[in-house]
Amino acid sequence: MKIKIFLIFIVLFISLSSSQLFDNQSVAPKMNLSEYGFFKGNINEQKSSDDVIPYALNTPLFSDYAEKLRFIKMPSGLTVSYNATEVLDFPVGTTIIKTFYYPNDFRDVSKGRRLMETRLLIHETAGWKVLEYVWNDAQTDAILEVAGDTKEVSYIYSDGKKKTHPYSIPNLNQCKGCHNRDEKLVPIGPSVRQLNGDFGYETGSENQLIYWQKKGLIKDLPDLKDCPKTAVWNKPETGTLEERARAWLDINCAHCHNPRGPAMTSGLNLSVDETNPTALGINKKPVAAGRGSGNFDFDIVKGNPNKSILIYRMESTDPGVMMPEVGRRTTHKEGVDLVKAWIKSLK
Amino acid sequence: MKKYITTFFILFQISLFAQQNIQKKIQTQLIMAEDNSVIELDEGTFTFTGSLSMENKKNITIRGKGMDKTILSFKGQTEGAEGLRVSNGENIVLENMTLQDSKGDCIKTMHVKGMTFRNLKVEWTGKPSQKNGGYGLYPVQCEHVLIDSCVAIGASDAGIYVGQSKFIEVKNSKAYHNVAGIEIENSLYASVHDCEAYDNTGGILVFDLPDLVLKKGGYCKVFDNYIHNNNYPNFAPKGNIVAKVPDGTGILLLAANNVEIFQNRIINNRSLGVGIISYHMTENPINDKAYYPYPTAISIHDNTFQREHVRPTSRGRLGLMFRFKLRFGKNVPHIFYDGIIDSKNLDAQGNTLADKKICIRNNKEQTFVNIDAEHNFKHISRDATSHDCAHESIKLAANEN
Repeated sequence: MKIKIFLIFIVLFISLSSSQLFDNQSVAPKMNLSEYGFFKGNINEQKSSDDVIPYALNTPLFSDYAEKLRFIKMPSGLTVSYNATEVLDFPVGTTIIKTFYYPNDFRDVSKGRRLMETRLLIHETAGWKVLEYVWNDAQTDAILEVAGDTKEVSYIYSDGKKKTHPYSIPNLNQCKGCHNRDEKLVPIGPSVRQLNGDFGYETGSENQLIYWQKKGLIKDLPDLKDCPKTAVWNKPETGTLEERARAWLDINCAHCHNPRGPAMTSGLNLSVDETNPTALGINKKPVAAGRGSGNFDFDIVKGNPNKSILIYRMESTDPGVMMPEVGRRTTHKEGVDLVKAWIKSLK
Repeated sequence: MKKYITTFFILFQISLFAQQNIQKKIQTQLIMAEDNSVIELDEGTFTFTGSLSMENKKNITIRGKGMDKTILSFKGQTEGAEGLRVSNGENIVLENMTLQDSKGDCIKTMHVKGMTFRNLKVEWTGKPSQKNGGYGLYPVQCEHVLIDSCVAIGASDAGIYVGQSKFIEVKNSKAYHNVAGIEIENSLYASVHDCEAYDNTGGILVFDLPDLVLKKGGYCKVFDNYIHNNNYPNFAPKGNIVAKVPDGTGILLLAANNVEIFQNRIINNRSLGVGIISYHMTENPINDKAYYPYPTAISIHDNTFQREHVRPTSRGRLGLMFRFKLRFGKNVPHIFYDGIIDSKNLDAQGNTLADKKICIRNNKEQTFVNIDAEHNFKHISRDATSHDCAHESIKLAANEN
């Protein structure tokens, strides 16, 4: 019992000392998510306030089967300019909010859910900054956490089978492992091509770009048919096999594997707009893969997914082998199947 | 009995909790560290289940109580691709500790200007294995790298590996039981001196590879090293370039340019004392049009060679070549040149331009072979006369940008 009290004391001490250190920074982060006022009513219902807009991406990053709720809050009166290729350049004062959760039963949302964490990307004058909030067991609020954590999750997946696995909550450095362009912290998801799809708003379903335009959030939006659109990875009616596989690789890999990202050292670029077959991995030798090579010679061997290093590393959950390096404890079987089918189709 | 089990269980839980706490504590320190500060680590063995990382810091020292005194163990690691990762920093010093058994690379540093590794041991314990991580010390795209008095053991790729970096000094360090002891890859202005590389597959490698951001390395000096008994069977996973390095390699230059190798003791490496080869010898495809696959402007002088009267390796592609094409028996020359030449570097008489030559002079026990791989080994020659020349000593650009 004494030991328990002692340990609680240590935990308290660590969290207190970290909060003190934070006071030196420009804008002091709040200890609890609820203090920001992003949500109305009961915070765990995640109903956004009027100035906070929910959104979704056509093909999202895989995060161990967690579902995500995304929101954006832009400073009132300001807009973001249309950009056909890059992630939108949101004005200073913007906050992007992302909550990760698991439905208790993927087949029946009425059985409730468990909120895991909420991440904030805040655009300050000095650049983007990230903050991480971990939901408490009572699901009444999420509390600031710098050093990350691991929790066990358990749920019934859509195939009716129970899944149990560890879930990693990143530390602040790990966030920048992915959210990194030219060593600056940046958002990854909200590009025009990813936002170009319908969203079920309280007022009804509508294309997100049109909705943003009506709200005065985006300017210079061309005709919708001229806007690029990312295929939905698991909806064949939205794109060809290649388009869907490249969309999956783009959002899951290209945040690092692009010429300005942390994996630039590998020479492998999985961005959706890459056209050089070698840079895309076809007959490309690994550079510093170590045992990540899995005894295979090339990143992608046309027609042969089972001899492609890319697939080997996507399937693995060994931290010395797997890709992405962080944020994944399970294999995205459906995603692997998609990329395998694409590699198999290459001639 | 039940009591004992319960007590054991509680103790186990406490130690597990304490270890997780240490991980959180050190990681928090690394995140919250103010610029210009020193992070001191206690004596003892600390185990981690995930990577440690430090990001965007200036003038930070992470200091243990000494090699083998402060031990960070990553055995049982379940998360993160390396032991410690430092990125996007300036003037970072890591010193006086041991890091062990990470699942991937042991210490990776990227985009750091002024990166010092001092008195560190990085190792994979147990018998060298394909399951060990790739690199021990791994600075990549860094500038002004100093590796001093470090030890690297058991890497399944390279113990000390400097990639795509500039202004590098590796000294007073030891590497053994790695596939490659020390490797300088696509890097500019490196010196490796007063090191000992032994019992690796290959002792010291200087490589230029295709498809990378920093395309062309060069201006590298390797001197006053003791490179011996690098006869360990290659245990690198296939697909990696070092998996092609034959066991028994002292020094290997692959498509490297402007390299000076002098005053080294290169002893008892059974296959290649010094190998000088083009990328074509790897039999890998070259798709990178900006890549230059030939070694040029190499100088090998004033080294001491010695080897036991034994056969070279019979393993791998090179082993096949030794057995069926070269047939040296036990009379293996120390300096091995593939003879694959860039025809653009020849003058009207068919001689290599003076500034592109492979120069070999004044080595103790100097023996040489040009295997003429370009013409399917037709004119294998042990005559080094045409390589009796000297280049100006390489200047490391005064170590400035």
